[in-house]
Amino acid sequence: MGKTIAQKIIKQHLKDQPFEDVNVINLDGVFCHEITTPIAIMDLVSRGKDRVFDPTKIKAVIDHVTPAKDSKTAEQGKILREWARRHGIKDFFDIGRNGVCHALFPEKGFVRPGYTIIMGDSHTCTYGAFGAFAAGVGTTDLEVGILKGVCTFKTPKTIKLVLNGKLKPGVYAKDVILNIVSRIGVAGATNVIIEYTGELVDQMSMEARMTLCNMAIEAGGTSGICYPDAVTVDYLWEYIKDDFKSREEAIAEYSKLISDDDAEYEAVYEYDFSDLTPQVSYGFKPDLIKPVSEMEGTPVDQIYIGSCTNGRIEDLRVAAEVLKGNKISDNVRAILSPSTPQIYSKALDEGIIKIFMDAGFCVSNPTCGACLGMSNGVLANGEVCASTTNRNFFGRMGKGGTVHLMSPATAAATAIKGKITNSKLFK
Amino acid sequence: MKTFKGKVLFLDRSDINTDEIIPARYLTEITKEALKPYLLEDLELEGFSAENDIKDKSVIISRDNFGCGSSREHAPWALEVNGLNAVIASGFARIFRQNMFNCGMLAIELDEKIIDDLFKKYAGKIPDIEIDIEKSEIIISADGMTERIQFNISEYDKVLVKSNGWVEYADSSY
Repeated sequence: MGKTIAQKIIKQHLKDQPFEDVNVINLDGVFCHEITTPIAIMDLVSRGKDRVFDPTKIKAVIDHVTPAKDSKTAEQGKILREWARRHGIKDFFDIGRNGVCHALFPEKGFVRPGYTIIMGDSHTCTYGAFGAFAAGVGTTDLEVGILKGVCTFKTPKTIKLVLNGKLKPGVYAKDVILNIVSRIGVAGATNVIIEYTGELVDQMSMEARMTLCNMAIEAGGTSGICYPDAVTVDYLWEYIKDDFKSREEAIAEYSKLISDDDAEYEAVYEYDFSDLTPQVSYGFKPDLIKPVSEMEGTPVDQIYIGSCTNGRIEDLRVAAEVLKGNKISDNVRAILSPSTPQIYSKALDEGIIKIFMDAGFCVSNPTCGACLGMSNGVLANGEVCASTTNRNFFGRMGKGGTVHLMSPATAAATAIKGKITNSKLFK
Repeated sequence: MKTFKGKVLFLDRSDINTDEIIPARYLTEITKEALKPYLLEDLELEGFSAENDIKDKSVIISRDNFGCGSSREHAPWALEVNGLNAVIASGFARIFRQNMFNCGMLAIELDEKIIDDLFKKYAGKIPDIEIDIEKSEIIISADGMTERIQFNISEYDKVLVKSNGWVEYADSSY
C-alpha cells in the first residue's frame, strides 16, 4: 500500500510510537506568537524547565496585538521578547519587522517541503501549501515542542480533493475554499488532512495555495496540503539555492514526497470550478456560504482587508484594481492591514497603498488584531463587517458583531457600494 | 489526577466554538485563574445563562464538533478554573480534544443517539454524574434513578489524564 504525502512526512520524522496510533514526531519548526506562548513559557519557568530544544528551529513573532494596546498586551510581548533574548532565538520579529505569522514565516523561507511544524495557532495549516505537515496545537503541545522538539499525531487520514477547471475572472482561491468548506461542512474533515490536487491547484501561486490551505481548519481539518512543484521551488529559491544544484534538482527531490498512486484515502472528491461565482458567508459558521449575487445589497458597517487568509500582495493588487479611481461609500469605514512589512513595502512601491488611501481606507500596520476582535478594527454590538478573514463566528470581530467572509475583490467592491456586491472584475 | 464528579451542564447545540467558550478579548490574560468570570460569555443559547448556569457544575454534555475553531488552550483552562474537568459530546474538534487530555482533563465521545437520549431524558433536570476512568464508565443519576454508560478512550488518553498532562510525560520520555 502506498503512502500519502502526509504519511511520508510523518514516517520520516517518527521518533516513537508509545501507544497504538500515537506517533511522536520530531519537529523542524516550532513557531510562537505572543498570545499562546507566554503561558507555556511561564509554565516551563515554574517547572524549572526553562529550556528550548533548538533555538534555530524556534521562530517567534508579536503579531496579534501590535503595537501593544494596553499593559496586559505589553506584558505578553515582554514575556516573549525576553524569552527569545534569553535563549538566543534569533528569528524573533518585534514591531517594525513583525507581520501576521502565517504570512511572515513562509516569506522568510522558514517553511519547506517535507517539514514538520507546529504553532499555537489553528491556522498553522496554512503551511501545507508548501508540502509541509503543519498543524495548529494548544499551549501544552507548544510547550513540549519548545522543550523537546516533539509532538504527537495520529497516523494521518486524508481526503483528496481534485480541483479541476479554470476560474472565471474575478473568482479567486478564497471563493474556492469557501465553497469547499460549505460542501465538506465544519466538522467534515475532523482528524483528517485535506490534500488539494488537480489542474486548478497546479495553476495557483503560492499565495493562492496558502489561502486554500489556511481554511482547512474551518472544515475541521488537521491540515491542508499541496504537492511541492516548480511554483514552490521558485517561491523558496532564494532560501534553498545552496541546497540544490538547480531548480530542476530541487523539484525532483521534493517530488519524492508526492502521494503514491496507490495511497489510501478516506474519500476522493472531484470538483470542477469553471462555473464558480464569487462566494460569501452568512450566519455564524464558515460552512454557511452563498454566491455573492444572493447576498447582494446586504449593508455593512466596516470593510477589513488583511489576515493570514488574504492580506498578501496578490490580494492587495486585486483589491486595488477594484478600488482604483473610486471612493468608499459614506456609510462605511474601511481598514487595510498588509500582512507583512515586505508586503506593505511592495504595495508602497507599486502605488497600491496610495490607491487604498485615496479611496478612503485606513492603512494599518501588519497585525492579526481585527480578525479576532482584539485590536485595530473591533466591531461594536450589532455591527457588520465585510472581511477577507477566515471565521464568521458570532462576535468574532467584536462582541455582538457579524462577519461576512469574502475575497479581497468582493470586499473592495463592497467598500465602494457600502453593501455586499460583486466586483467589476467578475463578469 | 483531577476529579470528574458533580452536576451536569447541558449545552444543546452543535459546533460550539472556542470563541464562544472564551472570547479572544480575554486572551490578553496570562494566568488561567483570570479567565474564570468569562467562560461561555458569548454563547447565545436558549435557556442558558453563563451567569447562573455554570456555578456548581462539573461536567458539560453537548453535541457534535465541540470546541471547533481557534486552538486556544484558554478554552479548557476556562473550563478547568470553573471546576468543569470533563466534556461529553457526540464529537470534538481535534485541537480542543487534544488540549483537554494534555491538561489531564476528559473529552469523552459518545454516540449521537446516546447523547440525544440524555438530552431528552434529563430535559429540565440537573443530574449528578461521575466518570470512572478505570471502568470506562459514566454513572449518571436523577430522581433516584441511576444509569451506567460505557465509553472508549485510548490507553494514551488515560495515561495523560492519570499523569495530569503531557509535559511531565514528554520530558521524562524524550
